[in-house]
Amino acid sequence: MEQFGMAAVTILIGVFGCVCYFFLSNMALDRIYPATGPNAGRNINRANQIRPWLFMFPALALLTIYLVYPVFVSIYLSFMDATGTHFVGTDNYTWLFADDKFRESMVNNALWLVFVPAASTFFGLLAAAVTDRIRWGNFAKAMIFMPMAISFVGAAVIWKLVYEYRPDGQEQIGILNAVWTGMGREAQTWLTSPVINSFLLMIVLVWIQTGFAMVILSAALRGIPEETIEASILDGASPLQIFMKIKVPQIWGTILVVWTTITITVLKVFDIVLTMTNGQWGTQVLANLMFDWMFRGNDTGRASTAAIVIMLMVTPIMIWNVRNAAREAR
Amino acid sequence: MEGIVGTKSRLVWAVNLCALVLVLLWTFPTFGLLVSSFRDRDQISASGWWKAMFPAEASVQYRAAGPDTAKLIDGLYVIEGNIFDGGPGEVTAFGTSIREPGAHIVGTDVVTDDGEVVTVAGSGDFRISSTAPMEGTRGMRIFATSVTPAKFTFENYGRVMGAEGIGRAFLNTMTVSIPATVIPILVAAFAAYALAWMEFPGRALIVALVVGLLVVPLQLALIPLLKMHNEIGIGKSYIGIWLAHTGFGLPLAIYLLRNYMIGLPREIIESARVDGATDFQIFLKIILPLSFPALASFAIFQFLWTWNDLLVAIVFLGNSEDQLVMTGQLKNLMGSRGGDWEILATSAFVTIAVPLVVFFAMQTYLVRGLLAGSVK
Repeated sequence: MEQFGMAAVTILIGVFGCVCYFFLSNMALDRIYPATGPNAGRNINRANQIRPWLFMFPALALLTIYLVYPVFVSIYLSFMDATGTHFVGTDNYTWLFADDKFRESMVNNALWLVFVPAASTFFGLLAAAVTDRIRWGNFAKAMIFMPMAISFVGAAVIWKLVYEYRPDGQEQIGILNAVWTGMGREAQTWLTSPVINSFLLMIVLVWIQTGFAMVILSAALRGIPEETIEASILDGASPLQIFMKIKVPQIWGTILVVWTTITITVLKVFDIVLTMTNGQWGTQVLANLMFDWMFRGNDTGRASTAAIVIMLMVTPIMIWNVRNAAREAR
Repeated sequence: MEGIVGTKSRLVWAVNLCALVLVLLWTFPTFGLLVSSFRDRDQISASGWWKAMFPAEASVQYRAAGPDTAKLIDGLYVIEGNIFDGGPGEVTAFGTSIREPGAHIVGTDVVTDDGEVVTVAGSGDFRISSTAPMEGTRGMRIFATSVTPAKFTFENYGRVMGAEGIGRAFLNTMTVSIPATVIPILVAAFAAYALAWMEFPGRALIVALVVGLLVVPLQLALIPLLKMHNEIGIGKSYIGIWLAHTGFGLPLAIYLLRNYMIGLPREIIESARVDGATDFQIFLKIILPLSFPALASFAIFQFLWTWNDLLVAIVFLGNSEDQLVMTGQLKNLMGSRGGDWEILATSAFVTIAVPLVVFFAMQTYLVRGLLAGSVK
C-alpha cells in the first residue's frame, strides 16, 4: 500500500510540478517583458521568442538526458575496458568480430530481418484484403490484432506451450508435436533443434506484428480512389488482378512504412529470445548478446559495443525517416 | 451473366474461408493457454488442451482397501468403495487383470481365481465379496475404463496470485505503469504545442531530432543511464524507472501529439489570439481538450508498453519482492517452473488480462494512434 501511496504522490508531484512549472515560468516571462508600457511591442516580440523554449524545456531536457546523452556515453564506453576505466582502443570491436556468438547473432539477425517483416507484411496484407470484404470483418480484425496487446513474455509462454515436447509414448500436450506425431512422425524437441528453432521464435514475432501490418494496410487499401477500381472492373480485370496490379502498387509507400517499422522492432527483439531459449542452441541475437554481456558478463565495454552495432543497423532507417519527415514538413 | 455470378459466390466463399483460417491460426495459441489455466496439473499432463472440452476417456487403476478391512455382512466378507473416491466420472468397463483392463461390462459379477466376486457399477462403486475370509496384506487391484466429464477449476488462479507471487507483482506492475503513462503526457503536450503552433528558429531541427530519436534502440541507453542513476543516488528504484519510461516514451508522444495538433483548424487558434488569449490559455483551454483523441492514443500505447515491458524493468528495477514486475516474475517462473504448465499458463494469463481488457475497450484509439504514429 505504501508503494501505491508513493505512486500516487509521484503522479501528483509530476502533474502538479509540470503545471506549476509551465504556469509560473509563463507568468515570470510576462512580468519581465510586460505587454504594456512604452516598450510593449519590443517586449511582446522578445517574450514570443522565449516562450516556445519554456514550453519545450522539460521535454528537451528529458530527451537529452535519456536518449541523446546515452548514445555518446555508449560510444565512449565501447572503447573502454570491462569496467569502463581504461581505454582499450578498438579491442572490443576486434574481439566482437572474431567472436563466434556474435557471428551467430549476425546470421540470426539477418534471418529475422528477412523473414519477420516479409511474413508479417504478407499476412497483414492478406488479412487486410479478406477482412475488408466480409461481414464479420471487424471481429476478424480484432482477433488478428489482439496479439499486439500481449507482452513478449506472455507470447513466449503461449508459444512454448504450442512447441512443448513430451517423450515418445506419452500424450503430446503441445499442439505442434500432436499434429506432427499425428502424421506418424517422431515427436521433436523443437526449441533445441538448430535453425528450425530460430524460425519458431520468429513465428512468435510474426504472430504479434501481423495485426499491426493489417491495421495500417487496411486503412491504406480503403484510401484507394474508387475510380481506379471501377475502371479496372469495366476493363474486365479479375479480382486477383485488381488486387495485385491496381491496389498493391497504389499502397506501395505504406507497405514500405510497415516493412521498416517492423524491421526496427526486429532489430531490437530481445524478450522472446531471452525467455524461450536464452540464445542457446544457435538462436542468439544481437540484443540478447548485449544483455548477456551487460548482466552475466559484467563487461560494459563489450555490451556497449554490441549496442553500437544495433544502433548502426538502425541508422539507415533513422536517416530515411528524418528525410521523409523533413520533406513532409516543407 | 451466370458465369460471373458463379465466380462471385465462389470468391465470397474463398474469402470467408481464408479469413476463418487466419482467425483460427491467430487465436488458437492464446485460447490454448486460457483453457490450460483452468485445468489442474494432472489433466494438463494427461491430454492436450484441445481435448479438455470433451469428456476424457482414461484408464483407471485402483487398489481396494486391504483384506483386513473386510466386513462380515450376511455371512460374506465384503469390501466396498468407489474407484473415483467419490469424484465425478463414469465407468464404461472394468477388469481385474492388467492384461484385460476392460474385459467386463459394468454391473456384471466377475469371479476371480481366488473365488472372490467383484462387481463395479457405472458410478465407480465397487463391491468385492467372498465366502471365505480374504487373505494377503494388500488390496485387490481393479482396472477400469472411465469417462470423466470436462472439468475446470479456478484453483490455479488462487494459487498463482498468492504463493507464486503474481499478485504482488501485479501491484508492482501497476506502480510502474500508471505514473509512467501519466507523466509524459503533459510534458509532451506542451512541447508538441510549441512545435506545432509557435514560430521560432530551429523548430524544424527539433522536429527532425524527435523523429530521429523515435528509433534509437533502448539497448544503447541502458548502461549509461544505469550508471547515471547509481551516481546521482536514484539507483534501482521506482523513481528511476518512471523517469526512464518517461524519457523513452517522449519521442512518440511528441510526434503523435504534434501531428495531431498541427491538423487542428488554424481559424480557432488565430481568433483566440485576436481575442487576446495568451499561448498558455490557448493551450489549456483549446488545444488540450481538442487533442483528446491523440492523448488517449498515446496513453494506450504507453500503458501497454510499460505494462508489457521486460527489458527496462529488469535493468532499472531490482529483483526483490517489492520491485519485481509481472513480466519479470513470469520469466523467473519459466525458469524455475519449466514444466508446470498450470502455473505458467495461469500466471501468463493474469499478466496479459489487463492489456487485453484495455485493448478491447479502447481499440479505436489504438488503431487511430497506429495510423498517425507510423512515420509516413
